[in-house]
Order: sequence, then structure tokens, then C-alpha cells
Amino acid sequence: MREAMDPWIFVAAAYVVGIGATVTMAAWSLLSMRRAEKRRDDARKR
Amino acid sequence: MHGLANPARFLRIARWLMPLCMGIGFAVAFGALGWGLFFGPAERLQGETVRIVYLHVPAAWLGMAGWMGIAAASFTELVWRHPLAGIAARACAVPGAVFTAVCLITGSLWGRPAWGTWWVWDGRLTSMLVLLFLYFGWMALSQASEAADGSQNRAPAIFGLVGAVNIPIIHYSVIWWNSQHQAPSISLGKSAMAGDFLWPLLLAMLGFTLLFAGCVLARMRAILANQQAEARLRRKALSEAW
Repeated sequence: MREAMDPWIFVAAAYVVGIGATVTMAAWSLLSMRRAEKRRDDARKR
Repeated sequence: MHGLANPARFLRIARWLMPLCMGIGFAVAFGALGWGLFFGPAERLQGETVRIVYLHVPAAWLGMAGWMGIAAASFTELVWRHPLAGIAARACAVPGAVFTAVCLITGSLWGRPAWGTWWVWDGRLTSMLVLLFLYFGWMALSQASEAADGSQNRAPAIFGLVGAVNIPIIHYSVIWWNSQHQAPSISLGKSAMAGDFLWPLLLAMLGFTLLFAGCVLARMRAILANQQAEARLRRKALSEAW
């Protein structure tokens, strides 16, 4: 017999994990790029 | 290809290509997710949980594509010694590992209502988990083999090529062995999926692929900028020492 489960809980959890990980990774990539390019520009100015 | 190996030319292209990939990627991926989540139909047998497919399949594709990117860059580094190849491989590792982890987690969340279990040790799931461990190993090796000037020895490139043997194993695992996981629904030129599911899925795959490319380009720019800053600071320290 199949358990009665609310499918939306699993769908919502999957979307939170997927979207959260994607947005965090994109933001992390952009921030580390900005930080590194600022560091290079500062090194050039010295 | 050879022209792009010039870091200055690469940076000129990446400056406009990276935000373009990120912008279009976000719009297309989130548009497709919204389409599938709010307007797509439920599936006859799986019901509402089928909506996880719009995240799970792009994540699986990009987890494997990330390693194929590492393998292609490793081959280019070993054969032609392109200065950007090693940087491209390093930039692919984190996005590839993130999407592999997303694939495993969303698959587990899908498996519980569909199969009645979070996890089974079958060929597809196990080979995907092995891919995640390969990413962790590659990142550790890459970091350990990095010299003070940002250059690397060839160990990560060899590991990248050897690890690529896992990609066909993942792909064919559901054909070679009995599996809880379903057989491939989409292949080149044909699909077993109805259009209602197929179109948002293809759009999501396109959007997430563009996002992945944008992240790789941003990470390549970061690695290059750090190397240039290190080189400049080292030159300055040397000139001051003399």
C-alpha cells in the first residue's frame, strides 16, 4: 500500500535546494571575481 | 580555440560574455522553472512530484558537463599547454560539484514519494555519488599542486582525464544494470516525454547551462586576476629587494 504523502513538500524542498544552491554559487562567483579584480587593480596602482 | 588561449583576448571576450550568459541564463532558467511549477500539468502516475524534473535533469546534465569540461581542458593543457586550459578546469570544478550535489539531493527528494525510499545503491545513483567524490578529490589535488606563482603541475590534468571514465558509466548505468532509476527519456533527436513536460525541461536545461557558463567565466576571471596580482606583487617585492 502506498503511503499518503503531500507531494508539494518534496517539490518545495527540491526547489529551495536547487534555486538556493544556484543563486549562492552565482553570487559567490561574481563576488570572488570582483574581489580578485579589485586586488589586481590595487596591485597595479601601488 | 588557439586564439582564445591568449589571456588578454579571453578577458576582452569574457567581459561582455559573462554578464550576458548570467543575465539570459537567470531569465530563461527561472522562467522555465516558473512555467513547469505553476503552469505545467501533473503527471498521470507520479502526480505533482514530476515538477522536480525541471531542476533534477539540468543539474544531472551540468554535473556531468562540468567533468567533461575538466577533461577537455585537461587534454588541452597536456597536449597544447594552453595557458588558460588549467584555469578553465579549475573554474569548472565548483559549479560542477554544486550541480552534482543538487542532482543527488533533488533525486533523493523525488525518490522518497516516487520509489518509497530516499536512496538505493544502484548503478545510476552510486556512479553519480562517485562523481561528487571525484570532484572533491580533484579540487583537493588541484589546491595541493598549486605553486606559489599560481601555476600547477600536471597531476590534476591527468586525474581529470582518468576520472572522465565515470561519465559513460553514469550515462549507460540504467541500460547496463537493473536500476530503480528510469531509462533515458531524452536522446538526440527523439524523446519519450510529452511536449507539456519536454519544452519547459529543455528551456530549463538551456537556462542553467548559460548560468553555468557565466559562473565558469566569472571564476576564470577571478583566477586570472589573482594570478596577475600575485605576479605584480612578486615583481615589486623583487625590485625593492635589489
